[in-house]
Amino acid sequence: MYPFTYHRPASLDDAKARLSASEDGRPLAGGMSLLPTMRFRLTSCADLVDLNGIEALAGIERGDGHVRIGAMTRHAAVVESPEVGEAIPALAALAGSIGDVQVRNRGTIGGSICFADPAADYPAGLLGLGATVNTDRRAIAADDFFTGLYETALEDGEIVVSVDFPVPARAGWAKFGNQASRFAVVAVMVSLSGGSVRLAVTGARSHVFRVPEMEQALAGDFSAEAMDGIAVSSEGLNEDLHADKDYRAHLIGVMAKRAVRDALAQ
Amino acid sequence: MAGVSVTFTVNGREVTATVDPRTLLVHFLREHLKLTGTHIGCDTSQCGACTVHLDGRPAKSCALLAVQLEGAEVTTIEGVAGPDGMHPMQAAFKEHHGLQCGFCTPGMVMMGIDIANRHEAPDEATIRRELEGNLCRCTGYHNIVASIAAGASSMRG
Repeated sequence: MYPFTYHRPASLDDAKARLSASEDGRPLAGGMSLLPTMRFRLTSCADLVDLNGIEALAGIERGDGHVRIGAMTRHAAVVESPEVGEAIPALAALAGSIGDVQVRNRGTIGGSICFADPAADYPAGLLGLGATVNTDRRAIAADDFFTGLYETALEDGEIVVSVDFPVPARAGWAKFGNQASRFAVVAVMVSLSGGSVRLAVTGARSHVFRVPEMEQALAGDFSAEAMDGIAVSSEGLNEDLHADKDYRAHLIGVMAKRAVRDALAQ
Repeated sequence: MAGVSVTFTVNGREVTATVDPRTLLVHFLREHLKLTGTHIGCDTSQCGACTVHLDGRPAKSCALLAVQLEGAEVTTIEGVAGPDGMHPMQAAFKEHHGLQCGFCTPGMVMMGIDIANRHEAPDEATIRRELEGNLCRCTGYHNIVASIAAGASSMRG
């Protein structure tokens, strides 16, 4: 690791002050992606501002028609939450499919969405469920939050405080995970709310995206068969040693159907 | 870079040190405290050989900074045996030959204890799923799974 100055703020205001006072500051959440990346010297910062001591940033609340998850809530807490399990079981399933037990005990929803790995699970959860990201200065719709490869709409020094998930009528999660890393080769979150459908794919492009053709077909008939004949183009999809773009395009169709079946089973 | 003071508990003993902020917990345990039972297997946070319990739950000590541990309680493989000898999970690994080269074993035992803590009578499928974050390159896992099932059974007494 390149050297940095470590900060341990006790409050959100303290964290904001330390980030704004730094030319090159970075918040540290669970650290499951950031710390290994710093160890490989792929990234560095002058000031590392550790959010783990700020209790107000963690926790899960059931609100009127939504579930609010604090940015520093760990994946294990989402898996174990009765509120999430009752309101949006597909979101608990998503959290339970991230990494491994040790990673789920430390990794956080805020860290995952801010890091914006192209194969991370939570971005599909936010986009597929139509979530809203609350920061220290504004609310950002999931549709506007993920902007590119490891890129988000966040401004310098902006800190994610919580994420609001509207409670859908139905939602389903399906993931084809890499056997070694457990990152998504392709994963899909689908949700149905008042006749409108959202279907989001992660792992297949630079960042998470929706598939409007599938959403329209599902809005008329929320069944796996409704997507028969809809082929996703392989143009622009990711290719790596685990899956070429044609295989990923095929997997999107398979995972979309599995996600719909998962939603119908709940 | 200025050192940062940190105080936390390791195996029931309070530890205070001033460390370079870059120091990983696993390096702190091994090099400062000489607790070399916690192993470094992969350096990429995938193998789980460095698994310790942080406030009662398993975590990879290669993906934590020592300075993050302020006020925390850490248990390493050196801290699980009781006054009467091995922890039941350690005894089960010995009895069921749950190791070959032994390198991954400290992490496997720490994970096995956690599996037993969270599942009353874990079956084979549960144990294999829960071991996602712990890699073994010798055994093929068969005897590790058997050891954890037996260890969980004897932990329930």
